[in-house]
Amino acid sequence: MPSHDVMPDIELYQPVQVEDALALATRLADRGWLLGGGQDTYGWLKDRAKVPEAMIDLNGIESLRGIRETADGVEIGALTTLTELVNNPLIKERYSLLASAAERVASPQIRNVGTVAGNVAQDVRCWYYRRGLSCYRAGGNLCYADTPEGMNREHAIFGASRCVAVTPSDTAPALVALEASMVIRSESGERVVAAEDFFIGPNVDIQNTTVLRPGEILTSVRLPTTWANATFYFEKVADRNAWDFALVSIAAVMRESGGVIQDARFVAGAVQCTPRRLLDVESAVRGQPRTEATAQSLGTLASQGAQPLNHNGFKLHLVDSLAKRALLG
Amino acid sequence: MNPRLTRRRFIKGVIYSSAAAMSGAGFYLTNAQSRPAAAVERLISINVNGRTRRVDVLPQETLAHTLRYKLELTGTKLGCNRGECGACTVLIDDVTNYACSTLTHSVKQRAVTTVEGLQSPDGQLHPVQQAFLDELSPQCGFCTPGQVISTVALLKSNPKPTREQARQALSGNLCRCGAYDHYLNGVMRASGQLS
Repeated sequence: MPSHDVMPDIELYQPVQVEDALALATRLADRGWLLGGGQDTYGWLKDRAKVPEAMIDLNGIESLRGIRETADGVEIGALTTLTELVNNPLIKERYSLLASAAERVASPQIRNVGTVAGNVAQDVRCWYYRRGLSCYRAGGNLCYADTPEGMNREHAIFGASRCVAVTPSDTAPALVALEASMVIRSESGERVVAAEDFFIGPNVDIQNTTVLRPGEILTSVRLPTTWANATFYFEKVADRNAWDFALVSIAAVMRESGGVIQDARFVAGAVQCTPRRLLDVESAVRGQPRTEATAQSLGTLASQGAQPLNHNGFKLHLVDSLAKRALLG
Repeated sequence: MNPRLTRRRFIKGVIYSSAAAMSGAGFYLTNAQSRPAAAVERLISINVNGRTRRVDVLPQETLAHTLRYKLELTGTKLGCNRGECGACTVLIDDVTNYACSTLTHSVKQRAVTTVEGLQSPDGQLHPVQQAFLDELSPQCGFCTPGQVISTVALLKSNPKPTREQARQALSGNLCRCGAYDHYLNGVMRASGQLS
């Protein structure tokens, strides 16, 4: 029966050793495409909005799977699926913030195959960019979202630099809050980058949302014990309860003693291209009790300095409200 | 006059290009030209519904395509083909996957179950299928194979789900008729919580 699969012609490599994958990634460089769960990949390929020549399917590499306890925390293999994160006893017990975030990603089918590395490395969801338009992020010289007619309800209120797309990842704010570090391997060795520095905005590099470069593979994510069993709060506000990207999300970690907050990290998602630390909120709550009065004192701190576009002014109120709710738990 | 551009060549060119455009193949032809040499099919064995099926598969081929167009298992539907609607949901090692967003080459060592593989050898419907019939869950029926598969997976891991758990488990399957509550009734009946 003649029929056409919508997938374009593309070569497929299925290495089973991470060294082979690294060699392929180096050789193919930007002509290659690393494949984890593939749920962000196939849309790009089927729409011909990105045209790599080969996929490097990492799923056969067993050493990239699984969650291990280490001397100073937990190490999560890059290919660990979001469903595994949600159900893992170690994560549920000590880092339930990450489990809560992973549970809110997309749909059950996507969480079953979507990986932690793929979730943090996924590309932005701006529909003009996804449509294959030649915008700044695609190497062009204009932004279609930030125009008088542009539909930018889901776009950035902070940190825009030509591109106004936001980070789509639900786990990213949780990883930044937990002070995770990302282990990146290449043929020339290994480097470990703090989650906070792993994500980069358009002012640093407009065509990439992470520091990953061609030839590099994110092999694992390490969670230090710093925030294990802390007080956590995660909330994602979206138009739908399932299978939707965040309008604004918040991941907060707090350490309390003697009735006051000793230390805290508040991180908002979907307000700028990277997870946003709410530093003013963090310093305002330090040494304060988790009470309604403290919450009220936060006022509009979280949205201070925001520059809304035509249709996303509601995000200012949303991020302020979420900061207060995170504080109160 | 350019000797290469004869009347005959010109007419042939017009015929070929319009035939390609009318058949809908133009998109693929133009696409194929800009790409490296076409990839080749490889013969592989995959386990579908308990049987080993040998099939020639392209490197980029999706499982939905292999199932529907090479193994003629058309119970698995293609709706959006972008991992958004859930009509193509199949079980791979008892876990739900979107077949449109799975490479056939990645399921070589694993067991695929489609909606065709649910009924017993004597033709009796799977309890989930029967419960959906009894509750008149489907309206147009296009999303039903996916809803059935997601329910089968749910009941394997959680035989007595609450309605809210069922709602979450089926949240990756869209129903454009909006028969969601009827499907949830079906899940409740299949799990013996509705008499």
